[in-house]
Amino acid sequence: MGLISDGTTIFDAGAMASGFGSSMVFIKKLTASSSGTLTFVNGSSGVVLDSTYKEYMFVFQDLHPASNGVELEFQGTIADPSSSYNQTITSTLFKAGHGEDGSGDSFNYEADADQQQGDGFQDIARYVGNGNDESVCGKLSLYDPSSTAHVKHFMANTQMYHASDEAENCFTAGYFNTTAGLTRFQFKFSSGNIDAGTITLYGIK
Amino acid sequence: MGVISNGTTLLDAGALDSGVATGAMVLLSTATASSSATIDFTSGIDSTYKEYIFKFISIHNATDAADFQFQVDTGSNTSYNQTITSSGFAAYNQEDDSARSVATHSGSAVLHQETGFQDLGRSLGNDNDQSLSGQLHLYEPSSATFVKHFIGVINEYANNDGTNQRFVAGYVNTTTAITRIRFKMDSGNIDSGTIKMYGIK
Repeated sequence: MGLISDGTTIFDAGAMASGFGSSMVFIKKLTASSSGTLTFVNGSSGVVLDSTYKEYMFVFQDLHPASNGVELEFQGTIADPSSSYNQTITSTLFKAGHGEDGSGDSFNYEADADQQQGDGFQDIARYVGNGNDESVCGKLSLYDPSSTAHVKHFMANTQMYHASDEAENCFTAGYFNTTAGLTRFQFKFSSGNIDAGTITLYGIK
Repeated sequence: MGVISNGTTLLDAGALDSGVATGAMVLLSTATASSSATIDFTSGIDSTYKEYIFKFISIHNATDAADFQFQVDTGSNTSYNQTITSSGFAAYNQEDDSARSVATHSGSAVLHQETGFQDLGRSLGNDNDQSLSGQLHLYEPSSATFVKHFIGVINEYANNDGTNQRFVAGYVNTTTAITRIRFKMDSGNIDSGTIKMYGIK
């Protein structure tokens, strides 16, 4: 049954009509607790990572590493549960930084953090500190992961408390160079656990 | 017909009541390219929202090395030739490891009181798997007082087989309300892809 007000359909077929409500739909929040990885798998535990949305957004809230000076990384893979997180990536990474003591002003491309047809985990924050109050926040947008025609673009922007006591704003972008649909994404630190923090997945209508 | 719960109006006159909690990002329109010379949004850009976002999903060009561009216009005009001043920079990296850096845009990639189309993506590859995705924010297009700022960020698969993340920003130097926007390639069609327009409450 639909609900129509003054000729305008508000609800129908179990959904709010286009133009009403939010276009950013909460899908799943994962909370780290000394976690080796945080993984989103389409069809598991309420996670949607398929053609339902053309864009997905992962939001990082105060991810805190157990180890000092580590990189926050991610990778994706296809639906086959036996597949590894090792899709081919070409990417860029640059950052702006400034130290608490006034030193360390920087704006530079990080040549050791990008990939050229590599299959490793992609850094999206670097040298994150593990002091009790140190963490990383930010977001990652992933476009059209279910496409079987095109590569899958991604863009991330993170802000972190650097292990050398600096504020660093990190910009990462690139593409998964595959035309296979990607349905699983994993986040981890390059060494040690994710002590605390959350990653929330949204779908963009 | 309205819906009232415990004396509170939830919806009436074809709209949700302003007191009903909804999201702040509202999908207004979706355009799907199919060998399209242009994609225009000619309605829905008004004072309803202070900010509009255009999302580009897997935009694929018919012609190799084409640039993905936009321009805006006022009223019912269709010239798409408003005066723009802009800046830009990009981070790039080649698949063959031949070049990587971050650098500012120059030349035709940026405009200075010019009326041409503003590039968002440049030298795009047209191989079957190559595309561009990203977004453009347009601020207060209906202002009769201020210029209209825009900020775009995209990632592209370039025709020289590399990734480019491009940041473009600037302003449309007019105090006349902007009511429409056009997207196109500088050469050839937009073969496929989706552009969505959102309003931010």
